[in-house]
Amino acid sequence: MWTFFHKLASPPHFYRLSARMMPWFAASGIILILYGAVAGLFFAPADYQQGDAFRIIYVHVPAAYLSMMAYMVMAIAAGIGLIWRMKLAHAVAAGAAPLGAWFTFLALATGSIWGRPMWGTWWEWGDPRLTSELILLFLYFGYMALRSAIDDPARADRASAVLAMVGAVNVPIIHFSVEWWSSLHQGPTIIREGGPAIVAEMLYPLVGMIVGFSLLFGALLLSRVRAEVLYRERRAKWVREMIEAGTRA
Amino acid sequence: MIEKLAMGNYGLYVWSCYALTLIVVLVCSVQASRRHRAVYSDIMRRLKLKES
Amino acid sequence: MTQPAVVTPGLFATLVAVVRRDLLLAWQKPGDVLNPLFFFVIVSSLFPLALGPDADQLRAIGPGVVWVGALLAALLSLNSLFLGDFEDGSLEQLLLSPQPLPLIALGKTLAHWLLAGLPLVVVSPLIAISYDMQPASLYAMMLTLVPGTLSLSLLGAVGAALTVGLHRGNALLGLLVLPLAMPVLIFGARTVSLAAAGDSISAGLYFLGAYCMLALALAPFATAAALRISNE
Repeated sequence: MWTFFHKLASPPHFYRLSARMMPWFAASGIILILYGAVAGLFFAPADYQQGDAFRIIYVHVPAAYLSMMAYMVMAIAAGIGLIWRMKLAHAVAAGAAPLGAWFTFLALATGSIWGRPMWGTWWEWGDPRLTSELILLFLYFGYMALRSAIDDPARADRASAVLAMVGAVNVPIIHFSVEWWSSLHQGPTIIREGGPAIVAEMLYPLVGMIVGFSLLFGALLLSRVRAEVLYRERRAKWVREMIEAGTRA
Repeated sequence: MIEKLAMGNYGLYVWSCYALTLIVVLVCSVQASRRHRAVYSDIMRRLKLKES
Repeated sequence: MTQPAVVTPGLFATLVAVVRRDLLLAWQKPGDVLNPLFFFVIVSSLFPLALGPDADQLRAIGPGVVWVGALLAALLSLNSLFLGDFEDGSLEQLLLSPQPLPLIALGKTLAHWLLAGLPLVVVSPLIAISYDMQPASLYAMMLTLVPGTLSLSLLGAVGAALTVGLHRGNALLGLLVLPLAMPVLIFGARTVSLAAAGDSISAGLYFLGAYCMLALALAPFATAAALRISNE
């Protein structure tokens, strides 16, 4: 088992393996997303409180879930890269950040659009999840800004790794703080997912969307990391050999 | 059929969310593959320069 | 019977030495300490000018203004935490020291808090009075600002260590530290508001204390790691 991980850490092995895995991730992700979207949009019963507007849940929740998962992936990969000095791990962290930021933006945008018919405003400071998502977006921006501000790539890797790990400790604290803060206002229950009890017809598409988006995220991440690895190793012998073999084939 | 699509007056909101999601996913995949292709062709170019 | 040529100081002595050094250096450049303090006062006078002198409104926003002002002033003072040492080469020397780097980082952070955090706590009542904050909330404000400013110093030190010597490190420092500092801001300001409403402040104080302890335990190590990374 350890040999698998050892080999995975080697860039050329990862590059070849990811080329084979990517299509599977993408295909299975897309299929699940199509199922979830169609089932959620047309076959799930309408929520008795929110009507058809609740169907936004099928994109909003996966986006929010992925925005946090991407941060965890980023922080863990950065930590592995920092502690065990694995260059590939740093590449994964670098690749996960922009994806995470996009999904955070998507969560905020869909949350805001969902809020307009529900609350009457485009933004509701009283909703703890929206506010925590906003802070998460700032964390992503800080990470990417630090990376681009440091010229030396190795130093950029390691400095941003420290930042990612410090941020990871803070993310649950931020969530807790914002929840406490918004509960002080005793506002109405905001986005109640699905209504009083989430029925199966509502739940399955949601699960499908979450898993599907996770798989798609995996494919997108692999794609970014491949580009990142190729760039970092552009002068390496294995790259040269691979490209020459490719052009000759 | 149109009624189904209208989503009970919330159609604009629901569909704009789904469209936004589709756009973000497309942008991410296009970004990734373009970067990959750019790095790849850059390496090829440098190799050709070295050979010549 | 030979005595060792050099007596290695203990951990506490090292800490005291680092703090003393920074305090002495600050004594020679009082601007580094006074400027953020003036900034704090000026920022808090901006809000009444911008929003109007309505006493009820000001009383309501008072806690928030004090806390945001303290946060921004702390941010301003963090820029110079490692910059002086970086520029004259003493940071490199500190990195070579046989003493544990986290301890040295903690020492500099504590000195920063004494010079930049505590003065904010001392000056805050003036601002609170100008916002017509009542004694209960004033008391809560000072109580929450103590662990709050310490947490800010600890968190900010990590950011300062990551950005020391970077070309446009100042703006970047804010972008890095402010999101991380939001729990402190939320609990600090809202606890003071609760006090103004007559509610108990113990929950907020417990949280701030706990967060401060967590930062005290972890931040020096992160700061030390960041210093090593920034200086190789």
